[in-house]
Amino acid sequence: MMQALIAFAEEVEGGSESPVPFPPPRNLVEWAPIFGEGSTFEFNKIALIAVIAFALPTLIFLFARGGSADNPSKMRIFAEGIVNFVEEKIAKPGIGHGYEPYVPLLTTFFLFIVIGNLFEVIPFFQMPLNARMAAPLILALTAWAMFIAVGLKHHGFKYVKDVIWPPSVENPFMRGFVGFIELFSTFIARPLSHAVRLFANMLAGHILLVTFGVLTIGTFAAIGLSFSGGISAVAWVGSLAGLIAFTGFEVGVSFIQGFVFAILAAVYIGSSLHPAH
Amino acid sequence: MSTIANILAQVEDPADLKAIEAAGSAGFAYGLAAIGPGIGIGYLVGQAVQAMARQPESAGQVQTTMFLGIAFTEALALIGFVVFILLKFV
Repeated sequence: MMQALIAFAEEVEGGSESPVPFPPPRNLVEWAPIFGEGSTFEFNKIALIAVIAFALPTLIFLFARGGSADNPSKMRIFAEGIVNFVEEKIAKPGIGHGYEPYVPLLTTFFLFIVIGNLFEVIPFFQMPLNARMAAPLILALTAWAMFIAVGLKHHGFKYVKDVIWPPSVENPFMRGFVGFIELFSTFIARPLSHAVRLFANMLAGHILLVTFGVLTIGTFAAIGLSFSGGISAVAWVGSLAGLIAFTGFEVGVSFIQGFVFAILAAVYIGSSLHPAH
Repeated sequence: MSTIANILAQVEDPADLKAIEAAGSAGFAYGLAAIGPGIGIGYLVGQAVQAMARQPESAGQVQTTMFLGIAFTEALALIGFVVFILLKFV
């Protein structure tokens, strides 16, 4: 067995190239520009996906204006379902009372992220929008600016003071220490982990799918080899099953990540709106 | 084990050696980063399932809180994954 594996590795190595090499990481996430090469408005596949992820929800909600409240059109029922989901499952548990003004922002987050993520499994695109740091970073910075603005609007400077000098801790020495940690975790670690969570999840899923795709093609190409054909056939069936299973898994991850991003934004806004007493 | 030592002995270019060591430490970085969150998410989901079994009427609330907890716990493993990417490819 060991001998056969070494011989197989030597055959692959000896042929100067393996049948299907794993693509270099740059090829997985960087795409050639479609137009405007070299200028500020360089437009590639990622930008195209971002435009679609922006335009699709806009169109859904524009068409949802058709029909009346008594006799709603199908699109209106669909859009109301989305808004109702965001209200009941994200805004209400995350923010608590006074959640109404923030539902549009959370709906935008949810739809933009879910549609951008779903391009991971759509043929001919197969690239999640959020596997590039730019999109999650801007979304997380928006949420960051939002929860600070909400805190300053509702509590004024007391919001910042309560973070740095938390009144819930009695001992003044401990209060300064906890305040220092809170300052770091609220204003620096929060937006960073918020963005990295979405980015790393989608990049990991993308690389996982690429790995199983390469494995499937590579083992299929190796079936023809004389002494390792049997092993390769078994490995090919396993890789193909894994590819199909993980494609389904990634559809679920796309929705969960959109949901988690939106609910974390809601929790951050809620913690500024109703700080711990 | 001797095979690995032989391969390392044959490496002459320091850049290659650095790449090999980076690949090894990248594996360690992600492997170690996955231990804690693995235990944490297992415990968290187990407790959530128990809570849902005891009080099925509060399943929705428990589920939302569970996803929130998973998101916080998972962040550590994902930072490990980012470190893996940085070590391996940058």
